Amino acid sequence: MADVTNAVAGHSAEITNQVHWFWGKLSWDIFPFYDPLILGTFIVTILLGVSVVGFVTYKRLWGYLWTEWFTSVDHKKIGIMYMILATVMLIRGFSDAILMRIHQALASAGILEFLPAYHYDQVFTAHGVIMIFFVAMPFITGFMNYIMPLQIGARDVAFPFLNNFSFWLTFSGVVLIMLSLFVGEFAATGWLAFPPLSGLEFSPGVGVDYYLWSLNIAGIGTTLSGINLIVTIVKMRAPGMTWMKMPIFTWSTLVTNVLIVASFPVLTATLALLTADRYLGTHFFTNDSGGNAMMYINLIWIWGHPEVYILILPVFGIFSEIVPTFTRKRLFGYTSMVYALCVITILSYLVWLHHFFTMGAGADVNSFFGITTMIISIPTGAKLFNWLFTMYKGRIHFELPMMWVIAFMITFTIGGMTGVLLAVPPADYVLHNSLFLVAHFHNVIIGGVIFGIFAGINYWWPKAFGFYLDTFWGKVSFYGWVGGFWVAFMPLYILGLMGVTRRLSQFEDTSYAPLFAIAAVGVFMIALGVVAFVVQIAVSIKNREALACGNDPWEGRTLEWSTTSPPPYYNFALTPRVYALDAWQHMKENGAKAPTSGFVPIHMPKPTASGLVISGFMTVMGFAMIWHIWWLAALGFIASVAWGIAHTFNYDRDYHVPLDEVTAIETGRPVAVLAE
Amino acid sequence: MNPVGDVASQQADLIIYATVLMLIVIVPVIALTVFFAMRYRASEKERTYEPEWDHSVSLEIVIWSVPLAIIIMLAGLTWVATHRLDPYADLTRISATQPIDENVTPLQVQVVAMDWKWLFIYPEYNIATVNEMATIVDRPVELKLTATTVMNAFYVPDMVGMIYAMAGMETELNGVLNSEGTYEGFASHYNGAGFSKMRFDVQALDEAGFAAWVADAQSVPQDLTRATFEQLEQPSIDDDVAYYASVEDGLWRRIVNMCVGEDTMCMDEMMMIDAMGGGGLEGMPDAGMDHGDNAAMTGH
Repeated sequence: MADVTNAVAGHSAEITNQVHWFWGKLSWDIFPFYDPLILGTFIVTILLGVSVVGFVTYKRLWGYLWTEWFTSVDHKKIGIMYMILATVMLIRGFSDAILMRIHQALASAGILEFLPAYHYDQVFTAHGVIMIFFVAMPFITGFMNYIMPLQIGARDVAFPFLNNFSFWLTFSGVVLIMLSLFVGEFAATGWLAFPPLSGLEFSPGVGVDYYLWSLNIAGIGTTLSGINLIVTIVKMRAPGMTWMKMPIFTWSTLVTNVLIVASFPVLTATLALLTADRYLGTHFFTNDSGGNAMMYINLIWIWGHPEVYILILPVFGIFSEIVPTFTRKRLFGYTSMVYALCVITILSYLVWLHHFFTMGAGADVNSFFGITTMIISIPTGAKLFNWLFTMYKGRIHFELPMMWVIAFMITFTIGGMTGVLLAVPPADYVLHNSLFLVAHFHNVIIGGVIFGIFAGINYWWPKAFGFYLDTFWGKVSFYGWVGGFWVAFMPLYILGLMGVTRRLSQFEDTSYAPLFAIAAVGVFMIALGVVAFVVQIAVSIKNREALACGNDPWEGRTLEWSTTSPPPYYNFALTPRVYALDAWQHMKENGAKAPTSGFVPIHMPKPTASGLVISGFMTVMGFAMIWHIWWLAALGFIASVAWGIAHTFNYDRDYHVPLDEVTAIETGRPVAVLAE
Repeated sequence: MNPVGDVASQQADLIIYATVLMLIVIVPVIALTVFFAMRYRASEKERTYEPEWDHSVSLEIVIWSVPLAIIIMLAGLTWVATHRLDPYADLTRISATQPIDENVTPLQVQVVAMDWKWLFIYPEYNIATVNEMATIVDRPVELKLTATTVMNAFYVPDMVGMIYAMAGMETELNGVLNSEGTYEGFASHYNGAGFSKMRFDVQALDEAGFAAWVADAQSVPQDLTRATFEQLEQPSIDDDVAYYASVEDGLWRRIVNMCVGEDTMCMDEMMMIDAMGGGGLEGMPDAGMDHGDNAAMTGH
C-alpha cells in the first residue's frame, strides 16, 4: 500500500488551511517551486515577461499600447487582441499536451513516471480548460469580432465599450489560470470539475477555486460579447442586407451567439452553485444532505454540448466563405446551409445526455438521446456535401486557406463518424471515457475548429494587415498540424478500442507502449506546426513589403473585401447598399466605382479605460476569493461595481471624425463601394 | 476488442455494424473531396466552369436524404440494440448458441467503489473480497454498484460495457463471461490521485473452481462489519487482494444509504422523514427519532 497522505492530498496538504485575517490562505509554502519543472517554467516565464516589458519600455510603447489598443473600442483591434491572447494560450495549452504525451509514452513503457499523479492530473485539467475556454473561444470570438461588422457593412459593434470590457474579462480569466501555475495549484478534477470530486470534501485545496473564479469571470465576458454581437447583426446590417442576403459567416456568427447567450448563463449558474457548495457550505452537489452530483453532470453538459457547437459553427462559417472564394464560384445551396445552421443550433440542446449514457439512465432515455445526436449528423453532412458541390465545376486555387479546407473535410468526416458511433449507447458503454473518446473529440476540435482557425487566419490576415502570410512557413505549419494530428490520434483510437481509459498516469501493462510512442511522435510533429505558425507570422511581418497585397487579394465576394486592407478605423466612409447575396462580387460585376465626394463627418465611439479597470478589480476580487482574503475580495467587488456605475455617468463617449480627415483618407483609397 | 463475454461481444459487433453503415456515406464523401479537388483545380483549364451554378433541387434532395436514410437505419439499430443491451435488463441468452436456463439465477455481486479500491460482496455466499472478483463461466452475473466517495465507473472490457458507481446511488449491470480465464477490470472514470492504480482481476472459474475460491475466502479470519468497513474505506492506493469470511447483515443497505458509521442517518430514512413533513411542524413527531436505527421507522 503506497503512502497515501501525500498522494491523496497532493501538495494541497502543504497549503495551510489556516485563514489569516490579512493574508487569507497565502503563505510561503504555496509556491510549488520544489518541483524543478515548475521552477524552470517559472524562470523562463519571468525572463520572457521581463524582456517583453523591457522591450516595450525601451521602445516607449506603453502610451501607444494604452491609447491604441488596451483602451480601444475598435472591434478590429479587440478582435486582434483576442487572437493574440488565444495564440499565447495555445502555446501554454500545447505545452501541457507535450508533457502528457511524453509522460504517457515513458510511463507506459515502464521507463519513467516523470510527473507524479497529482501533477499529471492538474496538467490534463489545465490543458482541457485552457484549450476550450482560452484558446478556441478567444480565437472564434476574435474572428466574429473582426470580420462580422465588416461583412454587414457596419462601423463597429452595437456596444463598443461592452466589447472592450468582454475582452478584458476574458483576459482576467487568463490571468487567474496562469497564476495558478506558480501560486498554489490548479484543479486536478478534469476539465469539467465533476463533483463530488471537485467539492470541498475531496478537493480541499485552492485548485478548484482557481478553476471556478477564472471561468466565472471569463464566462461573464463571453455572455456579454454574445449579446453584443447578436444586437449588432440584428440592428446594424447595411441597408438592403435582408436575412437571406447575409454572408454565411455572419449567419454562423448569429446562431453561435444565440447559443452563447442561451447556454453560458447555464454554465455561470452551475459554477455558482458549485462555488456556493465550496464557500457557503450549501449541498447542491455533495453526497450528503440531499445533494446530487448527477444534477451537476446534467447542468454542465446542458451548457457543454451547445459549447461544442459554439466552437464549430463559426468555423463552418469560415469554411463556407473560403470555399466559394477559392473555387471562384457561388456557394452551393446557401439556403440549405442557413437552414442546416439553424437546425444544428436547435438540436444541440437536445443531446446533452449522450455525454453520460453510462450513468444508468433507462434504455428509452438513452436511445432517445442517441438518436437525436445522430440526427445532427444530417445537417452537418448536408453542409459537407454543399462544400463539395461548391468545388464541383469550380476553379480551385490551392492557396493556404483552401489547403486547410481540404484537410478539414477529410479529417472532420472521420471525426464525425466516430462521434456518431459514440452516440450508439451500447457502443458508448464500451468506448466511453476511453482514449477512443479522446481521439474523437480531438479529431473534431483539431480537425474542425483548429484547422478552421488556421484557414481563417491565412484567409483574413491580408485584410487585417495589408500583406499576405508567408506561404513556405504556412505550408510547414499545415503539414506539421495535419500530419501530426493523424500520427498523434490514430494510435489513441486504437488504444481506446483496446480498452485503455483516458487520464491514466501510471501503467502496469507495457504492451501499449509502442502506440503511445507513436502518439508522442505525432505531438512533436504538431509542435513543429505550432512553431512554424509563429515563425510564419514573424517572417511575414519582417517581409511585409514584399508580401504586400491589394484590398481584395483573393477575389473575395463579401463586403469586408470592399474596403482597404487594413480597413480604416471607421470601416466604411459611406454605408454600402446591398443588392445581392455576395454583395461585393455583385458590386464588382456591376462595375461599381468608389465614391469620391459626398462624405459626411463620421460618428464614432471614444476609447475608454473602464473595461480594463473594472476587469482588473474583478481579477483582484477573484484572486482574493480563491485565497480567502475576504477584505480584499470585498474591496475588489465594491471597486468594480463603483467604477461600473461611475462609467455610466461618462457622457464624453463619442465624437465625429471631421470631414477633412474622412476626405483625406477616402481619396487615398482605391476602393469601390456602391454608396447609398 | 476480442471480448469473451456475450454482452461485450454483441457490443463489439454493434460497433462494427454501425461503422460499416456509416462508411456507406463517409467513403464517398472523402473520395469525392479528393476527386473534386484534383479534377477542378485551377490549372485544369479545359474543365467545365460554372461560377453561377449554386442550386440544384435534385442534388439537394440527395444531399439531405442519403444521410437521412443512413440515420434512419442507424436509429433503428440503436433503438433495438440499446433495449437489448440495457445494462439493467436480465440477460436473454448466455451466448450466441446457448439460451438462458430458467433455473439458473444470476450470480449476485454487490460492488462498492472506494478511494481507490474495489469491494465485492457476494450475498449468496456471505463473503466479500477486495480488488478481486470471480464469476462462474456461463452463469449470468448481476452486479449492483455504489460508491463511498466520488463518481466512479466499473469496467471489465471482456465482460460488459461500463456503468457509473455513485455514492448514495445504486446502479445495475448484467453480464456474463463465457470462458475460463483471468480478465482485467478497472475504474474507467477519473476519480482522483489513485485512479491509475484502481484495477482488479476478474476470474472466470468453473463450478468447482468457484466453490474453491469461495472456500478460500471463507477460511480467512477476517469479517466485514460496519467497523471493518469504516477502516477499509479510508483512502489507500494499490491495495492487495483481501478476503472477508463473512459480511454483516444489512451492510449493503447501509453502504448505499451512506450510514455505515454510527450516528449517521440513513438516506432512505431521511427521505422517509422528509416525505412525511420533514423537520418542520408537520414532521415534529419524528424529531426524537433514533438516528441510524431502522427500528424507529416501525413507529409509523
